[in-house]
Amino acid sequence: MNDVIIKVSQLTKVFKDITAVDHISFEIKQGEVFGFLGPNGAGKTSTIRILTGISKPNQGSASILGFDISSEMVRIKKYIGVVPEISNLYDELSGLDNLIFMAQLYGVPKAERKNRAEALLEMFNLYERKHSLFRTYSRGMKRSLTIAAALIHNPKILFLDEPTVGLDVMAARSLRNLISNLHKQGMTIFLTTHYLEEADLLCDRVAILVKGKIIATDSPARLKSANQDQSVIDVVFSNNVTPLINQFADALPENKITAIDNNKLRIYGGVPNKVYHNLCVIAHDNGLEIESINSIKPSLEDAFIKITGLSPNIMRTEKGKK
Amino acid sequence: MWRDNLRAIYYIVLKDIKTYYLKPPSISWGIVFPIAWTLAFYLRHPGGFINLIPGLIAMTILFSTTAAEAVVINFELRLGSLERLLLAPVNLSAVLIGKILGGVVFGLMMTIVITVGSTLVLGIYPNYFHLFLIIIPSLFVFASLGALLCVLVKEVFEAQTLLNLPRFLMIFLSGVVYPISAMPAALRYFSYILPLTHTVNGLRNAFGAGSNTTVIYEMLILFGFFLLFLIPAVKLLSKKFE
Repeated sequence: MNDVIIKVSQLTKVFKDITAVDHISFEIKQGEVFGFLGPNGAGKTSTIRILTGISKPNQGSASILGFDISSEMVRIKKYIGVVPEISNLYDELSGLDNLIFMAQLYGVPKAERKNRAEALLEMFNLYERKHSLFRTYSRGMKRSLTIAAALIHNPKILFLDEPTVGLDVMAARSLRNLISNLHKQGMTIFLTTHYLEEADLLCDRVAILVKGKIIATDSPARLKSANQDQSVIDVVFSNNVTPLINQFADALPENKITAIDNNKLRIYGGVPNKVYHNLCVIAHDNGLEIESINSIKPSLEDAFIKITGLSPNIMRTEKGKK
Repeated sequence: MWRDNLRAIYYIVLKDIKTYYLKPPSISWGIVFPIAWTLAFYLRHPGGFINLIPGLIAMTILFSTTAAEAVVINFELRLGSLERLLLAPVNLSAVLIGKILGGVVFGLMMTIVITVGSTLVLGIYPNYFHLFLIIIPSLFVFASLGALLCVLVKEVFEAQTLLNLPRFLMIFLSGVVYPISAMPAALRYFSYILPLTHTVNGLRNAFGAGSNTTVIYEMLILFGFFLLFLIPAVKLLSKKFE
């Protein structure tokens, strides 16, 4: 559990005038689920593309299982499975044929290919659809088959780039269970995500990445406990309170206030009783009705906001959308 | 490592042939189009049809090798499935060679059908060894030309449009239907920088139709064209992933 399996040092990737990955360094231990957490454009995918041999870094070095990525990438690829952000298997091939083709590419012995492919189809609940063309699969099924394809050669490390992006709640939950099961079987997993709850749920450690730089690396529990010095209160009004946010800020100068929704504010820090009292006063003065007030435990999202200073909304933005 | 690359090339070729080449659009481009084109010239001059056979074979090589390049490269680039291949233990040049070889194998199948069919029907007996020396490098040349033009652009329709430019230019200027000797001097010189001219010259030689160059000379020139197209294609594809 303590063996370092991935070692990255000062890795840098520059695209014209944009530094996508900026001198990042980290280590991943065997059997660990390590998450790269950050908003879109933080450099998560660029890092995964470098570590899986799709693109080359401008500076820095990395080794996987002791092999250098700049000189021994083909050898490394035999031991890693990669699930890209896009489910990019072949539309014209069936689920089974896609897995067999991947087994062929990875040099899985002929006698084992079909058995392994069928076992994975069973594991991912796709066996009944094994002869259906990939293009007829639902988004969740495509994602599952893409993960199955990454496991066909029994890799030691699995790279997952935004594994649940674009999936409905049930499909995402089912996929997270699969990732958890792979972790329990001892697989080392490196995943990128911009879903805070996903990182919290799946990862042993996370690195928070903003504008190409790692600004914190620790377990989700430690990142959260670092934030436990202050209280977090959610207050829901029956009216839209966003026009009054400056008034709230003036009345609660010791606190940080974030609008979670039109009628919902999150208030950080301060003495809870004093906050409750001041909230009631402002509500009364402005004719607002308070629907609920809850003191909540700090989440990874709170830790993320504290560490990065970014709005949580930035993490809710899907790639390509504003 | 070379075993990994060879294995990947073999399976990429098999997959591409199965999923793309042996489909009606590729077959119609690869075989129906050259036949229809040749028949049009036959109906105009039925007497000189035998002289059109080297041109017919050259056209079949050209169209069949490039028939599905836009799909196997641009379509797969767009869907990300080409990137998927690069995640396997294989290097980028092997992936591109696999893509090119798919066109070569399909082109060879179409060319054999046309060559055997036309020689049997017309009762002509070319030098098959010389035919082999010209057809094989030509298949590689036009498949790699197709790959180069496809990696230059992004979309399938852009690639198809770009591919048509050298295809039709070469049909008219490489001696496929009009003799090069009958062309103005400037076009005559220009025709020698077109690879199809060397395919047609070599094929005419193999059919004993007379040519002022040797089969070996044409074969070496074609080999040069292959490298000329392959090397920048690999570099450009590599840049696409930067």
